This record gives sequence, structure tokens and C-alpha cells, in this order.
Amino acid sequence: MPLLEVSHLTKRFNRRRGWFEAAHVTTAVNDVSFSIDAGETFGLVGESGSGKTTTGRCILRLVEPTSGQVRFEGEDVLAFDPDRLRAARRRMQIVFQDPYGSLNPRLRVGAIVEEPLAIHRIGTAAERDARVDELLTLVGLEPAMRLRYPREFSGGQRQRIGLARALALNPSLLIADEPVSSLDVTVQAQIVELLMDLQQRLRLTYLFIAHDLRLVENICSRVAVMYRGRIVEMAAVSSLFGSPRHAYTQALLSAVPIPDPSVRPHRIQFDESRVDITAPLTEVAPGHWAALGSG
Amino acid sequence: MAEPQLEVAKLSVGFGGDAVVHDVSFDVRDGECLALVGESGSGKSVTAYSILRAVPPPGRILGGDVRFRGRDLRTLDEAAMRAIRGAAIALIPQEPSSALTPVLTIGDQIAETLVAHGRADWTTARARAVELLDAVKLTHPATRVRDYPHQLSGGQLQRVLIAMALSCGPSLVIADEPTTALDVRVQAEILDLLRETRAKSDLSLLLITHDLGVVASMADRVAVMCAGRIVEEGAVGDIFRTPQHPYTKELLASARRPGGSPRRAS
Repeated sequence: MPLLEVSHLTKRFNRRRGWFEAAHVTTAVNDVSFSIDAGETFGLVGESGSGKTTTGRCILRLVEPTSGQVRFEGEDVLAFDPDRLRAARRRMQIVFQDPYGSLNPRLRVGAIVEEPLAIHRIGTAAERDARVDELLTLVGLEPAMRLRYPREFSGGQRQRIGLARALALNPSLLIADEPVSSLDVTVQAQIVELLMDLQQRLRLTYLFIAHDLRLVENICSRVAVMYRGRIVEMAAVSSLFGSPRHAYTQALLSAVPIPDPSVRPHRIQFDESRVDITAPLTEVAPGHWAALGSG
Repeated sequence: MAEPQLEVAKLSVGFGGDAVVHDVSFDVRDGECLALVGESGSGKSVTAYSILRAVPPPGRILGGDVRFRGRDLRTLDEAAMRAIRGAAIALIPQEPSSALTPVLTIGDQIAETLVAHGRADWTTARARAVELLDAVKLTHPATRVRDYPHQLSGGQLQRVLIAMALSCGPSLVIADEPTTALDVRVQAEILDLLRETRAKSDLSLLLITHDLGVVASMADRVAVMCAGRIVEEGAVGDIFRTPQHPYTKELLASARRPGGSPRRAS
């Protein structure tokens, strides 16, 4: 059984531009289905506005989906009442992109990391204290840093703090929404190293949301490509990057700059008018799905 | 060889306390693209803004020379410097959405540059704005010219900023992370546009970036900055093939394998 199973997930936003204008409906996530096995790192890639972030938030019900199903550890997340949902959120956590905006600047690091434990009323004050030390050590920080404020830390260190907080409740699924995209490449490597190390040690499953295709190629086992709210292609990383089948994936991959001045990449343009983007996913090779339509 | 467009010698810049740019020296030759590469805090943007004498206070140039086509930019009076900024040396800023004022049409903002530099009256400048938008391949330039910035996408705004940079016929363009805020397909289009523009008008380009993929596709020469100093400089082929400095090697390794060594789950 997969750890997470998302089926036909759809999220529509009603946006009213002015008082007297009719509501304008945006379908941010459109009939998205995928599943993630325990221990896997599943990449969700796409350009800005493709719906990848909204998909991640719908899974945690930080945004309520319009329709579809989310099953986590076999249970229907969308049917949970508030109490069950709160309990389920101990097992599914999120790490945000912005290490500057996602930590409360008025709280000391110790309080930030302890907060989930306090909210879920786990342990005595002394036990929580010990757990904070343990978590900070786990993410490569010094326990003494608990007395300091977020502003005293670099972007990479703040991302470690966010990770310590996300791990406080022993989740099994971690949704990482662009966790390294605001960091320098050399710092990115350190945080990815930490994420992969923690995955081994804590048996974590990752939904890794990113726009950096080469990073995803390097760390994920399977990947889904989103375009305008839909998954247009999904496969094992080697299969998707080695032989992309959807015209959009081909265009996206061909636009990635290659750090080698002797290579002049051959760019492929994507002409949406020539592709049926509403086509359903079909299995074009074992485990390789693409929305190719009839063409 | 002809005199370089830009010669920076032993430039040091500080913000109150210690210098953040130390003894930085490089040339940008006629028609070439020099990439100034480094991570955040390396001093690459401060170096670029120092050339234009536009470092925000309390930033201050502590020493060194900046010569543009033989003229010493550090000793020019402010009026003469204003005549160079946006005209002979143009800047393409990083964040297209915050570089334009939201209350004027894009056409008026381009025209304003021409009028401010005394290149045209408003009527001519507005007509010229349409030509410039056409040159940077913005679709429907004649109607788009009346759009406000919020009506355009990030890639379209970056085209507007390139049009604005080209408006007064610069010989040197400083591009500060011109594609960092853009999606990968839009980035590829903007890089194409910059390459074509350079070929057409024989521009020199000082490209500030952290992205070695962008460097590989754009630059003739590369200067690598780390902690306020240039640690290595050379032709783009040499830097990528045979990097000498450990920091350059580390940057290249990170760029070739983002996230470190491959660790795909089996």
C-alpha cells in the first residue's frame, strides 16, 4: 500500500476582481492523481503557477481541495474532522521555501522548535526541552543555539531550524516545498545532504516540490511534471529525463542551461495549441505515464 | 587590442565597517561578455553598482579606479555621472517587478529615459518606445506600450527593462542576475534576446550571476568572486575545463550536480 495516494485532486479558486464583476474561476489543480510509496522521494516539478505548491497544500488541507481524494496511511484525509486532522498532521509535515518568512522572528529558536510539541501537548516541559536539544543536534545545529533568534542565522541554518520543527512530531511524510531554492548552490548541497541523511535515519518519505529540474533529477526516485494544474507526465527519474515523451516536458528540459560552454543545447519550443492538454495520462512504457492524447 | 570599455583596478567598497569588496580588478573589453560569478554576499552586485557610483548608503568606495572608455568615473561630477548612467552604461536589474514604477505606462517609462537624457521630445520618445519594444520582441508593441507593469508577466517586464536599457544606445550593459526571477523557459528566451542584442549592436556586457549554466551559455570570460575578492579569472572554456581555485571547483561541482552527489533511492 502506498503511504500517500492522491486521486482526482482538484482545487478551484473563485476570484472576484472587483465588487461588480462576476467571479472568475481559476482551476489551480485539475484532476491530479499520483501515489508515493514509503521511503520514496517523489518530485513534483513545474513552472510558477503550475499548481505544484497548491497540490502540496491540499494534501495537508492547508488549502481545502474542491474535490478528489487524499489517502494517507490508508485513511481518507479529506473526511477527517478537525480533531482527526490535527492528529494526522503529526504524521505529515511541511518545510517551506522561504527560510526568512516561515519562522516567527519574535520567538527564540528553542520556542520555534518546541511549539509543535506544546500544541500537541506532548511530554512534560523537561521532556520537551530535551527533545528540542535532540532535534537541533539532529539537523546539525548546536543545542545552545536554542536561545538565539532566527535573524541571527543564515538562510541555510534557518532551513535547518524549519526542518527541526517539522521533525518534532516524528512525521512519516515530509512535504518539502522548494526547500533549497532560495539558498546558494554550495549551501543547497549541504541541506540536500541533510535531507537525504535524515530520510535514511528516520525512514522519511518526501514529496519534493521544486522548479529546479536538475536538482530533482539528482535526488528523486520518481517525478511528476505539472503544467497548468495538470500532471502531463510522470515516471521514474531516469525514464523521464532520459526519454521525455510529452512535448511540454521536452521543451522544459531543453531550456535548462547546461554548465558546459562547449555544449550548445538544442531547444524545443512548446506550442500549446498543438497539444491536447486535457488528455488523460496513459502508460507509454512500464511505469512511465504521459498525457499524449490521440496524437 | 583596443582600449577596454571598462577597467576596474583595486576597487574596494565598504559599508561603515570592514570592506566588503577588496582590491577587485578586471576589464571588460570591447564587445565581450564578462561574467562576474559568485554566491550571495560575495560582493558581485556591490562591485557592479560601484561602477555606476550607485551603492546605497552607507556603502562607500574606499579606494581604487574605475575607468570607462578612458574616463575616470570616480572623479566625475554628479551631473556628468548622471549623463552616463542609463545612457552609455545601462543597467538591467534583477527583479523586473520592482524595477518599474506601477503608476506609469511602460511606454512612458521608456520614453522618460530618452527625454531625461535629452535624446528626444516626448512625442518622438513615445514613438521610439514602440520601436524599442518591437526590437525586444514584445508582441503587439503598439498597444502594449500603453500597458501598466502589473498587466505584464515577469518575462515581458524583463523585455521592457532590456528595451529601456538599450534606449540610449549604451556601449556597456550591466545585467544583475537578469534571469534569476524567471521560469526556465522564459529564462532561455531572455538569454537568447540578450545574445542577439549583443551581436546586433556590438555591446559589451557585464553579467552578474550565480548560475554557471547561464555563464556557460553567455560569457566570453569569467571572474569568480568569493568573500569580496576575485579568486580566479579566465576564458570561459578554461574556467570550466581546468578550474584552478578550490572555490571555483566547488561551484562547478555544485552546478553540475545540484544537491551534491547523486543519491537517488534505488
